Amino acid sequence: MATVTSNEQNTQPALVQSRAQRKLMQRRRQMFNRAGITFLALSILLIWLMPLAYGGVTSLKTKDQISDVEAPILPAKAESYEWEGEEYEVYIVPQPDGSTQNWALVNKGRQSSEFINPRNPEAGLIEWEGRWRTLERTRVLSPTWENYPEAYTSISFGRLMYNTFFYAIVGMIGAVFSAAIVAYGFARFKFPGRNVLFIVLLSTIILPPQVTLVPTYAFWVNLGLVPSWWPLLLPQFFANAYNVFFLRQYFMTIPPEMEEAAKIDGAGPIRTFWSVILPQSIPALVAISLFHFFFAWNDFFGPLIYLAGAREQVPITVGLTFFNGIYGSQPQLIQAASIMTLIIPIIIFFMAQRYFIQGIVITGNK
Amino acid sequence: MSFMDALQQSRSSKRVRWRDMSALKKNEAKWGYIFISIWIVGFLVFYLVPMIASFGFSLMDFQLATPDEIEFIGFEHWRRMLFDDELVWESLRVTFVFAFISLPIGMIAAFFLAVMLNSENLWGKNVFRTLFYMPSMVPGIAAIFVWQGVLNPQTGWLNRIIQNVTGLEVVGLQGLRWLDDPSLIYIAYTYIGIWGIGNAILINLASLQNVPSDLYEAAKVDGAGYWRRMWHITVPMISPVIFYNLILGVVGLMQYFLTPFVLNGGNGYPEGSTRFYMIHFFNNAFGYADMGYGAALAWLMFMIGLALTLILFGTARYWVFYAGDER
Repeated sequence: MATVTSNEQNTQPALVQSRAQRKLMQRRRQMFNRAGITFLALSILLIWLMPLAYGGVTSLKTKDQISDVEAPILPAKAESYEWEGEEYEVYIVPQPDGSTQNWALVNKGRQSSEFINPRNPEAGLIEWEGRWRTLERTRVLSPTWENYPEAYTSISFGRLMYNTFFYAIVGMIGAVFSAAIVAYGFARFKFPGRNVLFIVLLSTIILPPQVTLVPTYAFWVNLGLVPSWWPLLLPQFFANAYNVFFLRQYFMTIPPEMEEAAKIDGAGPIRTFWSVILPQSIPALVAISLFHFFFAWNDFFGPLIYLAGAREQVPITVGLTFFNGIYGSQPQLIQAASIMTLIIPIIIFFMAQRYFIQGIVITGNK
Repeated sequence: MSFMDALQQSRSSKRVRWRDMSALKKNEAKWGYIFISIWIVGFLVFYLVPMIASFGFSLMDFQLATPDEIEFIGFEHWRRMLFDDELVWESLRVTFVFAFISLPIGMIAAFFLAVMLNSENLWGKNVFRTLFYMPSMVPGIAAIFVWQGVLNPQTGWLNRIIQNVTGLEVVGLQGLRWLDDPSLIYIAYTYIGIWGIGNAILINLASLQNVPSDLYEAAKVDGAGYWRRMWHITVPMISPVIFYNLILGVVGLMQYFLTPFVLNGGNGYPEGSTRFYMIHFFNNAFGYADMGYGAALAWLMFMIGLALTLILFGTARYWVFYAGDER
């Protein structure tokens, strides 16, 4: 600015130029900023997702490759070459001119060995001076897909999946409907004690579940329902505070005119709830369903104590811990099982992320 | 609308009295009670009664194996818990030390990632947001196994990356043994849990988007630099969600269980550094099936959690900024 004002008289072109220059500078700087922050985000993202890549890659390796520190990062196996009905190992063989060739070792010798060139087997055996033990083997990319079926059968993954879906879906139905009913009561009806009851409801969110756990557990044991699904599923049908809060907020944004119209048409509160409120709240109901589904997919403590001793009935979370105990020395199977476990929630997340992310944001924000 | 606002709002609105109500209003109230009755029943059966019963249990000698020999013993369990059982204090210490390490790391990471994902200069914002959130969907148990592999001192990628980047010899049994070294274990557990900050990132992000941009412009005119603006505008403006994340974090960490249980079966390895309070509770209540002592431990946790929450709520008015407070 100062330079422009100091010689005002004959600087019209210079002013234009400096403006253009400044604009260019600004754009360049913005470009630089954009590239910088995007590069930063990309680098952090790579670290952020690195363990998933590790899991994926490791699940496709052989056990030997995992424990071999020299082995490459991607799933690979040492290459071999078939010649005249026999399998021979392929080595990287240095040549007199300094280059290397990948040859299969046929006859091992102490000072010199005989190789065959897989690219030109007609040339016959090639004599090579040197110790073959100093040579490195070649490796080719070779994912061990068999780890997946092996992990699948050894933990009876199908059974665990069935249990998990059963737990998630039955609980989901109970959680969504009960929460919707209660939320409607809090959102649309005035009654004495409503505020106090709502505060009590919200405070149960902060209550650590353990404080009620011991008598509840003793109660179910007394009824002879441990191990069984009852202690896990029944409470879901009595409205969870999170869901009620979420749905209440949503119901309050629905304009009351439609309910009034229904009322004039003679619909009672239950009918209004069923045919006016619920159809208007599909996005919120979907969000709640997803919350519950992911909760059930993650729930560990409940199934651990209430299904103890019933291995046939446990969901995937508990099932995987047994697996870890038994196959601790087979990291490739554990990684394969982990990838199988996480892939379903991730797929569902990608399909429904719009509803889901909105839901989380609404609970935490204005 | 956040929980805090809802609380405040419901506190301030007017009371309704039964006898002042018209027949129409009574009918409305009746339907209100009918709709919420499901929750009332659930609250009584699954919260209130068990909570009181839990306190009752803590005064009894009640082993699940011998249910006929229940005996009232007064505050004996409480005395044992507070004065004799050293593992109670030890496990509380473990829980708090871990919380002091992992909670700030998680919250600061969530804040800066949200700021980064909110930056107007970031290309492909939506793709980045989705990919940063995605691992939050990974079930905790799968995340633990994947990280267990990554943290393996010999074959895991973390040590290999550190060795390649810094040149220090950290791979192998003499290197960084994340899950076997008591001085590294809490950092390792923080890594294992770091994907769980996805929700906090999203909530921070949504809150950042609601900060009025004229505040930044005014500060810019006054000559405030980037960090100054962040500290004096961004942080106070989103302090309600920082507070919300803090409360959820504290409540969650009090119940920290899955990782130490899965990795070490709850035996506290290495050197007792992973015997968290919940692990100690689980071992007593379900390992030894000692319902009485388990209930006492649960009640102590409840009281500590309540005290912490109340303290945090008490401090809130000194640092949490509610834009609507002047109303």
